[in-house]
Parts: sequence; C-alpha cells; structure tokens
Amino acid sequence: MKYNLVIACNKTNLSKIRSFLSEILESHAIMELEAHKMILAVDEICANLIIHSNHCNPTKKIEVLVNIQKTDQIVFIIKDTGISFDFDQYEEPDMTEIISSKRKGGVGLILVKRIMDKIEFSTNKNYNICRLTKKIRS
Amino acid sequence: MVNIDISKEHDIQLITVVGEIDASSSIELDDALRSASDEGSGIIINLEGLDYISSAGLGVFISYIDELKTKRILFILFGMQPAVKEVFDILGLNQIMKIVTDKDEAIKIANEI
Repeated sequence: MKYNLVIACNKTNLSKIRSFLSEILESHAIMELEAHKMILAVDEICANLIIHSNHCNPTKKIEVLVNIQKTDQIVFIIKDTGISFDFDQYEEPDMTEIISSKRKGGVGLILVKRIMDKIEFSTNKNYNICRLTKKIRS
Repeated sequence: MVNIDISKEHDIQLITVVGEIDASSSIELDDALRSASDEGSGIIINLEGLDYISSAGLGVFISYIDELKTKRILFILFGMQPAVKEVFDILGLNQIMKIVTDKDEAIKIANEI
C-alpha cells in the first residue's frame, strides 16, 4: 500500500502530517509505541525541511509518502524543493555540549538516527528526497 | 496545539502541560519555563496530559538544565505517558533530568531541597 500527503511549508501543518501517519500505521496494526516513534522521526525530518530548507515559506510544498509493500518494513519518503541537506557532513552533537550551549535545537536528527533503521538523503534535478526505512518486528 | 498553565502551590511552581508540543508550539513551553525560572522557586511539571513531544519541546527543557542548576532551582517532571517517556529515554534525558512518576513524589523531592 502507498499513501501520500502534500502540505505547505508551515510549522502548523506538522500536526496534519502526524494525523496522516497515525491513521496509516493504525490501519496496519503497528504497535502504538512503535508507531509513535516512527511518527516522531518523520515529524523531525519534516520540521527541519520546513524550517531550515524552506524557511517556513508557505508557497513551498513538501510531500510525505508512506510505502508499506513488504510485511517486514515501512518506508517513509519526504520530498521537498528547498535547500538540500548534506547528511554525509552531519556529525552527531554531544549532549553535554548541547546542554552547556543552552541552545534549543540539535537533538532532532539524533532521535531520527536512533529510531529509524536506515536514513538516506539524495537530490535530483527537481527535488530533495529523504528516505527513512523502519523494520517491523513481527 | 498545547495548553500550558502555571500555578503556585506553597513555594513550588506547578506547570501543567496538556496536548502536543512540536516545532510550532514549543515557544509556549519556553515562555512558561522562562516565567517560572525567573520566579526563583522549585518547579514541578505535570506531563500527564502531554500526548506528544518532538525535539523542539525536548530542546526547550534541555536549554534550561544549566541555567536552573546555576540558580539552584530544582525542576522535576512527572506523570509522563509511556510513549513520551520513551522519547526522553532514547536521548538519555532520564539520566540527566529528574523524572518521577507522580505529583506527590515530585512535591516530596522539591520540599526536601
């Protein structure tokens, strides 16, 4: 099964993405705690894309696709046309450093890395693609 | 969408958070913690009604750890739902922040300081 949602780059739309994902995961009988974590990971990516890649410009759009073809994994694909993110250059920040800097950001991607089994970022001519894969325990 | 209320019980400030905290609503948590931290007394935070928190909300809590420690203000979180608690655990925040089960336990610890 494949599902998709297109929303404008506005932070208030994050709750729409979560509702969209929640309905899909519930319909596939994904355990609530597991579903909650997957929704969080996709929310983190979408928030980063809305805020950093697209500067909360509501004329820009992001597309969220969910692909549950195999029984043992779910693939989430998030597409946008903003500034591409170089995941290869990403270094996980140290929690002690985040605390002492008193900054309010920096833990989103840590969560995504710890929740998802595979994270891939790519860019083609027209858009950026973030592909998140989560294996489902049977 | 989140609703945040601050009240005072004896010398302790109680912040009650209900709803969801994400990148669009974390500013409200920041405002509440700013206001409470400027008061100077112990802070207990009721998260029984918190259904969801993303890194934006966690980041707000994290950003106050050092400041409140310096001011010698204890802040204690209580009443987390299992899904919310798991998010704190994934980051190891359960080792860094004071997280307890219920309000009685939070008040007891706050009064001991």
